[in-house]
Amino acid sequence: MTDHRLEVEDLHSWYGESHILHGASFHVNRGEVVTLLGRNGAGKTTMMRTLMGVVRQRKGKAVLDGTDLLATPPHRVAKLGLGYVPEERGIFSSLTVAENLVLPPIVKPGGMSIEDIHKLFPNLKGRDRTIGTRLSGGEQQMLAIARILRTGADFILLDEPTEGLAPVIVDDIARALGTLRSMGLTIILVEQNTRFATNCADRHYVMDQGRIVDEFSNDALRADISKIDAYLGV
Amino acid sequence: MPDIFGVPMVVLLGQIMLGLINGSFYAVLSLGLAIIFGMLNVINFAHGALYMMGAFVTWILLSTVGINYWTALFVAPMIVGLFGIVIERLALRHLYKVDHLYSLLFTFGMALALEGLFRYIYGSAGKPYPVPEQLAGVFKLGFMILPVYRAWVIVAAVIVCVAVWLVIEKTRLGAWLRAATENPSLVTAFGINVPLMLTLTYGFCVGLAGFAGVLAAPIYQVSPGMGSNLIIVVFAVVVIGGLGSIGGSILTGLSLGVIEGLTKTFYPSASTIVIFVVMAIVLIIRPAGLFGREA
Amino acid sequence: MSTLLTLLNSPALKWISALSLAVALLIAPFTVYPLFLMNVFCFVLFASALNLVLGYAGLLSLGHAAFFGGAAYVTAHVAKEWGWPFEIAILAGMAFAALIGLVMGLIGIKRHGIYFAMITLALAQMIYFLAVQMPFTNGEDGIQSIPRGTLLGLIDLSDIRAMYFVVLSLALLGLLLIWRTIHSPFGHILAAIRENEPRAVSLGLDVARYKLMAFVLSATLSGLAGSLKVLSFQLAALSNVSWHLSGEVVLMTLIGGLGTFAGPIIGSTFVVALEHYLATSGLPVSLVVGVIFMACVMLFRRGIWGEAKARLSAMMERQDPDSH
Repeated sequence: MTDHRLEVEDLHSWYGESHILHGASFHVNRGEVVTLLGRNGAGKTTMMRTLMGVVRQRKGKAVLDGTDLLATPPHRVAKLGLGYVPEERGIFSSLTVAENLVLPPIVKPGGMSIEDIHKLFPNLKGRDRTIGTRLSGGEQQMLAIARILRTGADFILLDEPTEGLAPVIVDDIARALGTLRSMGLTIILVEQNTRFATNCADRHYVMDQGRIVDEFSNDALRADISKIDAYLGV
Repeated sequence: MPDIFGVPMVVLLGQIMLGLINGSFYAVLSLGLAIIFGMLNVINFAHGALYMMGAFVTWILLSTVGINYWTALFVAPMIVGLFGIVIERLALRHLYKVDHLYSLLFTFGMALALEGLFRYIYGSAGKPYPVPEQLAGVFKLGFMILPVYRAWVIVAAVIVCVAVWLVIEKTRLGAWLRAATENPSLVTAFGINVPLMLTLTYGFCVGLAGFAGVLAAPIYQVSPGMGSNLIIVVFAVVVIGGLGSIGGSILTGLSLGVIEGLTKTFYPSASTIVIFVVMAIVLIIRPAGLFGREA
Repeated sequence: MSTLLTLLNSPALKWISALSLAVALLIAPFTVYPLFLMNVFCFVLFASALNLVLGYAGLLSLGHAAFFGGAAYVTAHVAKEWGWPFEIAILAGMAFAALIGLVMGLIGIKRHGIYFAMITLALAQMIYFLAVQMPFTNGEDGIQSIPRGTLLGLIDLSDIRAMYFVVLSLALLGLLLIWRTIHSPFGHILAAIRENEPRAVSLGLDVARYKLMAFVLSATLSGLAGSLKVLSFQLAALSNVSWHLSGEVVLMTLIGGLGTFAGPIIGSTFVVALEHYLATSGLPVSLVVGVIFMACVMLFRRGIWGEAKARLSAMMERQDPDSH
């Protein structure tokens, strides 16, 4: 018996007049790392923003651990254990690193302590008083992930964590993701970098024009990575 | 004591002290305006009228119910703050999504209406409010005689300003406020009720204006027009300091009060316009204001 | 219903309404209190001048009373103390308004939105304080019993009906100038700047210069309105330079409909008539005006004329869906 934590069915959403999600359906099991792949404009980021309630015009079904996300006010979503690491990282320029790190309130017991976080991301150690946006891109990404881990969120939405990062930093992020996975966290990962995705994930969904159009197990995709190329237009 | 440019030191120090008192009011009011602007993107034109309301509530509390100054110091800002919360819920929040000019115009209408209302009920004449007995008397400083109450105004204003600044710059609540200014939807996604925070911020800052009104009641006559010219000066202070800088608005407020006092000593007829002249000069040299970072 | 709409749209109706308006304006001073109408004309011109910057160039000025009141004081002084003729007194007022408009514009024109509003507000307040202090304005007493003089040395303007027609003609002339301006290439550039300033900049337009020109023109015409008012009422007072007036004229424009030609005309007529009525009713004017202001911002931001136009065109579309 599979244990679905997130169940999305026929989900639609709109930015003002423009209809972005066109009835997407997928699910995520407990402890799984699932990616959303697809070209730019396929609706991957919108999917995350729709689940988090940042996009308010939406209909369909999205249920997390039995709670209807569409009926949850946006500031209550985090309390369900959903942690959001947005595209562009969302580090605040008027806050120091330490302030950025403790900004999101604790939502569940079992979050990481500051020491654990410094162990996972040694780059953040000793940088408390630095202005958040003065960190390098990779360090900002680490900070964006770290501040969610501190809250005890156990279902994490990661939007393009490797975008624009040097390969050596990408390896650091991959290692951190491995740790999170071994801790039993459930993760949805939006990625453009297929190689990175196949190193971290259990299953892959392909999005196109606001719908989920295909699904691969990680083994299937690793066996023949070219299957995805047609979708990505490479 | 010596003269400075032909002005006796005693007179000069006296004017600086008076300037500091005016500057205290500028600082408390411009601080509130700056926070409201930073968080809500609203230029609160009604700030002067709400200051007037604070003074009136203080006067009404004493003259009808016999509630004294010290109680009014807490009650009057709460009443004004609650009034602000109602206004934010009923009206202002529906204007965040349209052009900022509309919230400016709304609060402009509110300023007119409040001033008109109090004038209609209580008339235009100023109402005296007694200095509380604990603060009666004077300090003899050698170079000047300083009424205790005026010293209290400066101290109270500085304490309040510094406390607010500390909360915003050094606490977790302050970090939420600053973050919400930058990216409200992400802060919401972290589980913070941003709309509620905006309502409370408006209520608090408007309460600060009410607090300034309580401080003013024993110094200036309580009258419906007491806030209307003051608010324009405070706008100039805010433009000079640069919108969005909390510490900047406190410093600018105090120092412009002193500059005004000095002008009163050396060239009295220019004292009412000196702040506007400073504003024009600052705008020409540094368009974003002294502490501003406006695009 | 559709016949009514066709009728509303027909050129015949436009001619008939224009003609009846003209007849009404001609016989009005013999039936209605002429000073009231002259006041209306002054504010129609003033609000239309403000609309040129607020509605067409997208600049919220909260300092227009400085032009109106500044010109009023200059005209009053020139006419009364120097005894110069009517025409020169008015031109002097307009020139003064243009000058302070230019200075204010140079200081503030590069700032946007609320910043521009606060700068104009503060600079106008400086003019207010100058008016309070300078000896020639007589402070709280104002300048009283200002002589109107004669028109071109021929027509004695102390006759109120003669003055009525002079104010009417000059206000119409001002409106005509505004009409021509908004329908000229210059007006189209202003509209383009308001719609999308970055694009206008990228097209190589000197945006600040165009805005400044519109601002100075608006200031000058506001000055004309102020000069006409002061000669009509033969009194220059501090209320003409106060920020309340700057706000009221914004309200007039807003309540009629921003960025429409008829809006400020309708709005100012409505507000002046309302204030005229309130002044004798015992109700507090600023309370009522303030509440209307708040209601207008909350409930109908398009104003009376903007709302009427939108409703009408919505009705037409329903009537005649293939009309495009």
